[in-house]
Amino acid sequence: MNDMTPIETTLKDWESDQEVRWCPGCGDYAILKAVQRTLPQLKADPAKTVFISGIGCSSRFPYYVESYGFHTIHGRAPAFATGVKLANPELDIWLVTGDGDGLSIGGNHLMHVLRRNVDMQIMLFNNEIYGLTKGQYSPTSREGTHTPSTPQGSIDHPANPCAFALGSGARFVARGYDVSKDLPDVLKAAHAHKGAAFIEIFQNCIVYNKDVFEDFTAKKTSAETQIWLEDGKPMLFAKGTKGIALDQESFALKVVDVEGDDWQTAGVLVHNVKSRALAHMLVELPFGPFPMPLGVIYDNPAVTFESAVVEQNKQASEGKTPDFAALLARGQTWTVSGTAQDPV
Amino acid sequence: MATQTAETLTENETPEAVVVRFAGDSGDGMQLTGGQFTLSTALAGNDLATFPDFPAEIRAPQGTLFGVSAFQINFGSTDIETAGDAPDVLVAMNPAALKVNAPALKPGGLIIADTGEFSTRNLEKAKYEENPLENDSLAKWDVLAFDISALTLEAVKPFGLGNKEALRCKNMWTLGLALWMFDRDRAPLIEWLKAKFKKHPVIADANIAALNAGHAYGETAEISGPLKKVHLPPAEAQPGLYRTITGAESISLGLVAGAQLANLPMFFGGYPITPASAILHHLARLKEFGVTTFQAEDEIAAVCAAIGASYAGQLGVTSSSGPGIALKTEAIGLGIMTELPLVIVNSQRGGPSTGLPTKTEQSDLYQAVYGRNGDAPLAVVAARSPGDAFDCAIEACRLATRYMTPVMLLTDGYIANAAEPWKVPDPSAYEPFPVTFLEEKNAGDELLPYKRDEKGARPWIKAGTPGLMHRIGGIEKNADTGNIDYSPANHQAMTDARKDKIEGIARDIPLQEVAMGEDSGTLAVVGWGSTFGPIHQAVRRARKKGLSVSHIHVRHVWPMPSNMAELLAGFDHVLVPEMNTGQFKTVLRDQFMIDAHSLTKTSGQPFSIAEMEEAIAQYFDSTSDNEGGEVEANKTQLPSPKTVNS
Repeated sequence: MNDMTPIETTLKDWESDQEVRWCPGCGDYAILKAVQRTLPQLKADPAKTVFISGIGCSSRFPYYVESYGFHTIHGRAPAFATGVKLANPELDIWLVTGDGDGLSIGGNHLMHVLRRNVDMQIMLFNNEIYGLTKGQYSPTSREGTHTPSTPQGSIDHPANPCAFALGSGARFVARGYDVSKDLPDVLKAAHAHKGAAFIEIFQNCIVYNKDVFEDFTAKKTSAETQIWLEDGKPMLFAKGTKGIALDQESFALKVVDVEGDDWQTAGVLVHNVKSRALAHMLVELPFGPFPMPLGVIYDNPAVTFESAVVEQNKQASEGKTPDFAALLARGQTWTVSGTAQDPV
Repeated sequence: MATQTAETLTENETPEAVVVRFAGDSGDGMQLTGGQFTLSTALAGNDLATFPDFPAEIRAPQGTLFGVSAFQINFGSTDIETAGDAPDVLVAMNPAALKVNAPALKPGGLIIADTGEFSTRNLEKAKYEENPLENDSLAKWDVLAFDISALTLEAVKPFGLGNKEALRCKNMWTLGLALWMFDRDRAPLIEWLKAKFKKHPVIADANIAALNAGHAYGETAEISGPLKKVHLPPAEAQPGLYRTITGAESISLGLVAGAQLANLPMFFGGYPITPASAILHHLARLKEFGVTTFQAEDEIAAVCAAIGASYAGQLGVTSSSGPGIALKTEAIGLGIMTELPLVIVNSQRGGPSTGLPTKTEQSDLYQAVYGRNGDAPLAVVAARSPGDAFDCAIEACRLATRYMTPVMLLTDGYIANAAEPWKVPDPSAYEPFPVTFLEEKNAGDELLPYKRDEKGARPWIKAGTPGLMHRIGGIEKNADTGNIDYSPANHQAMTDARKDKIEGIARDIPLQEVAMGEDSGTLAVVGWGSTFGPIHQAVRRARKKGLSVSHIHVRHVWPMPSNMAELLAGFDHVLVPEMNTGQFKTVLRDQFMIDAHSLTKTSGQPFSIAEMEEAIAQYFDSTSDNEGGEVEANKTQLPSPKTVNS
């Protein structure tokens, strides 16, 4: 987030004149709408907002938002965004990336933008597949994923985007999914966080990896399969009949049954977005035995990179007059006057 | 210009120029000794050029041949344009330094050696079977061997240093002797030592004592024969204020000047790499001039962040050496495609791959001119000397902002590290080229981010400007609106527009001048970059012999000045000396359909004047009175076979 003058806009104001070119039914449409719905609520100024992306289906995003936008090169969007933010810290930056762009070719830059804590919202659209190159497996694809490049099934272990972000030093980690009605709330929380805010957004690639998240996104069973985290609230799901507790012996999280409203007796933990230890446990929860943790997992702000750079530049300049002529003549000098035999 | 031999030197006449090489172990402080000797030489008013030559290893094992570090300086009363071919004087601090460097020394030259280091063990490490100071293997040179180590220990005894620390003062003892030899003032050095060891006054005093002892040794020791005091009168120079400058310093200052002339803050994205890192180091200390430096996680991030900064309205600059430029290449293509200003400094070194990190080469010319995917034309400017790099950096900033495009500034390891006296320029003498950002829609009610001006450049729109929201990217864009458009006619039009824009720079740069000689004749020696010095001196000598030779040195490598074709057509032959396997020759052949020939060298060492002279002479072999044909190249500095295609 940044400190801009509040601007009144509507969803329409954030739609560019460009025809959206994702496949019909792609989860990206829902995310685009969620973002365009959220921006007016944030009173964001289109002229101060910049969407920056890498390469991939998700990275076409900037073309469709009526703001400043930069569609850069594969995996490098965090580096471009860092340069933009350092050059003008007043700009509000949304980084759009995917599981391939952000965790394969761009894993290095993603790590560094998170550890440096450059103020921006980072939306990683995770569809567990390479869409734009026609369906190869990605670093988040589950083992055994059959694709044109892995006809016998993929054999490498998938990366966990939120665990990667936390491990890189992220101060804000959240999860949502494309068609979730709560996605705007997650985006708002990310925007409210000053610093690098990482959001993993599960996104349904209907062409190459259809319904891969159906296990927990299906409406019918979502009460059992999702747990929405809220700071200061007990971690309950299945309409309050189940909760997440700490098993003291194994020092791991477990699912417990809750009788009535008495979650305290059941030992259900209260979510604390400032607890890094809890965040680490939550992002590692295996889906199946546990529901999918969604919402804000970790939110604990720290000094941002660009503010520290501005401060250091200021300190370095303090009390100094930028006299360029004097700079050129710095060090030991001598004067030549007249002829060769007559140095001074 | 080192025309005087050591024979004349020992006769105590006044030579025009002298070449001295300090050589020792990496840990002997030879670069520091050379640097301080350079400063005293500059203060004495001599013109000079230096060549620091050091190993890639940070702390190479002591006493080994590959751990030898050397610093050569050529100084004199006339214009000095190279670090000199063969040294007149070699200071060898150990057997390995002697072994590596003696072959380059002029016959009759002077060797000063520290016998204290010629132990059996050190001789073995240098692969000497017997002590060269004790047999006749050095007979063609004058040898002055004495125990500098012991003399140093004696001189610093009062300061109670340990043996190791005391011996570290050896280089100052040697420097003291050198200062005596060339009639130099010790005062500035003493001041410098006091400042450097401010927190350790004992160390400062010990070094000063060693310096004075070395000087006194020259003054009082009864040495007959080789060691004589030589006074070189100051060189003729334009009146003004001078300082010494290395290429890395002058590029940094030139970039700051360029940003100021463009009226922009500068963003510098860098990643450590030899020999380019010094630019990052210099700029990191110039924040008060509106400079932000960013040490990125890698070369790619460094250039990407610079492009991002340009998008937000600062002058984006990045710098590296060949391997790093290779990594940046995709992003440079995006800069060309989106048409944003960017300055890329390439301090070339020996390649391919890691190659010779601390040695010089000019082998990235293809990379600069041709090295990208797609039709991605890039303007390229090449600096010819440390001082010239200042003007070239300004020119790169001017072209980048005026044409909304990346520009590459080529320099090399030699220019980056070498020092020369530099007449401090007057910043107000440079014409400003302030940037105008687009503030409102440029086509009535419509914004056309890719509408071009008369130079073919698009408007620069700072992200954050109210009402001018637009999207840019690497996908082919519509010729006006910048929206995605890969229709056949549009891609054709945009490819042509980008090409025309860069080629049009040729109309905005000075006509190619002839650096020496007539603008037509028998032979044009055409160079670019750091070969300026040896070419210039060799051409001067050839012309003295009456040969019809001219020196043309190209700063704007791409596009080239508009009169190049006509100029080159005026010569019967074109010789292109370069420190690669013939890259600029290929560009000249390609562009002008001329029969350009190569003189190439890829040893990691600069050209010697003699090598150039010999190559020039070949063109006149059938000419009567060709003295040039008799000039022999210094074989020890000519490691590759002759490659003149005549």
